[in-house]
Amino acid sequence: MYAEFGDTLDLELNRSLHALAAAIRARAVPWIQDVVPAMCGIALYFDPFHPQLPGSVLEFCRGLLEECFKSASKFEDSGRSVEVPVCYDVEFGLDLTEVSQKTSIQIEEIAKRHVKTQHWVLMVGFSPGQPYIGGLDAKLAVPRRATPRTRMPMGSVAIANAQTVVYPYETPGGWSIIGRTPLTVFDPGRNPASLFAPGDRVRFVPISRTEFDKLA
Amino acid sequence: MIRAGLYSTVQDRGRYGLQHLGVVPCGPMDPVAFELANALVGNREGEAAIEITLLGPEIEFGVTALVALCGAQFDATLAGQALPLNRPVLVEKGAILKGGQALVGSRAYLAVAGGIATVPVLGSRSTYVPAGFGGHEGRLLRAGDSLAMIDGVASLSLKRYEKLGGKKSLSDLRSVGWSSPALTLPEREPIVIHAIEGRHHAQFDAAARRAFFDATWKVTPDSNRMGFRLAGPVLARSEAIEILSEPACLGTVQVPANGMPIALMADRQTTGGYPKIAEIAAADVPRMAQLAPGGQVQFARCTLEQAGELRRVLRERLDAAQRALAWMAGT
Repeated sequence: MYAEFGDTLDLELNRSLHALAAAIRARAVPWIQDVVPAMCGIALYFDPFHPQLPGSVLEFCRGLLEECFKSASKFEDSGRSVEVPVCYDVEFGLDLTEVSQKTSIQIEEIAKRHVKTQHWVLMVGFSPGQPYIGGLDAKLAVPRRATPRTRMPMGSVAIANAQTVVYPYETPGGWSIIGRTPLTVFDPGRNPASLFAPGDRVRFVPISRTEFDKLA
Repeated sequence: MIRAGLYSTVQDRGRYGLQHLGVVPCGPMDPVAFELANALVGNREGEAAIEITLLGPEIEFGVTALVALCGAQFDATLAGQALPLNRPVLVEKGAILKGGQALVGSRAYLAVAGGIATVPVLGSRSTYVPAGFGGHEGRLLRAGDSLAMIDGVASLSLKRYEKLGGKKSLSDLRSVGWSSPALTLPEREPIVIHAIEGRHHAQFDAAARRAFFDATWKVTPDSNRMGFRLAGPVLARSEAIEILSEPACLGTVQVPANGMPIALMADRQTTGGYPKIAEIAAADVPRMAQLAPGGQVQFARCTLEQAGELRRVLRERLDAAQRALAWMAGT
């Protein structure tokens, strides 16, 4: 069940969805397995074979969303802020040159602009721990690359449209890589397993190649 | 494991509660056959079993264990004799079970009394191969692996087997004279799978909207636990609107720019940015999962209410089968 509240990116809306998700989770409906706040909507995953499933799941969820929408506190900052060290050397930022050409911004200036703005985790998805981060400097908003890479190295920090993604695993991808973090984005043996959670504030911190090696 | 087979993994009910962190539930491709396999050996719902695909593994048992192979019809053998399917079978210590190959369907579950006892990761024993965690060392099973079973599996197995009142008449194997029904095996192909129109159905052009429900689709060889890629008419959109990434679901049929639909299966990504032309009815996903590459499928349009009804009917059939098996098992 997916409820959409808009079809364009709106930071205020996105932040209120995290509060809504928390309110729904607090209800602990036994057959709702997952509550996923997304960029402009919220998904409720239910167990289709649960014995307590109501006659109309849709009607039940509609009521639940309305109630929780009323009771959900206005978005309160979770207080969680994630600091992400990033090495913006061309060795890691495989698409820095291309981004520089597309935006007419010097390579060194790209990193400066990237770390300067306040970022938020809009949604975590696709692969475990992969954050979609909003708050990118408008001048850096390049479209997806025409030909996706077959391998985005693990830890790659990449941008497209108005967002930043950090790749927890080596996967294919069409975003432009501007740097790499030495942090482990997702580790099932760590608590919490995911470095990022929806709603977190994110601060990118530029580091040198030497610092990268020290942290890696 | 003497041989691992084509694609054998440990799966339990699945890893829930973490999709907001991008962690997909995984779990069995055919949860119906999976639960029947568990019921056959007297396990609770959701215990970990081995999912085998098309070509079965060859396993030497280090302990005596009550097992059941349920789902696709494999020409499996135990100690050189045909292994009775969909039944509890007592495997003697040292015996070799050969999975053989799938004759009808593509996936079966080998359940063991007490369940496979690998260490749970994030609350589940399901293997998630793309990220390398869960199951046995986060990967496909391979030759030489030694799989953990619960302590006392032999005594538990013997106890459960005695209650079954097994008979030897079938062969020298220790099994029973009854079996569980196969609820998800593909009937004559193309199989018919119910689907509701997806969120972006209206964005496709008239030809594509018609073709999706009219065409016969073929499962391509690059299909896997993440998704079934379907070959058929190319599905074009009237206008190529960029979609923001949004949550995807088990059974979502999405269409990338190349116009070839992909039905998302157990190991799917949690979110995606491709338009969704349809959502497969939950009750039909297990039957879809039994299609092998080359298998053919047609989609029948249904409403949300009809999908709900199909779901209730399947749950009732599974309940009835589980009750019958519990009665036969004397529990």
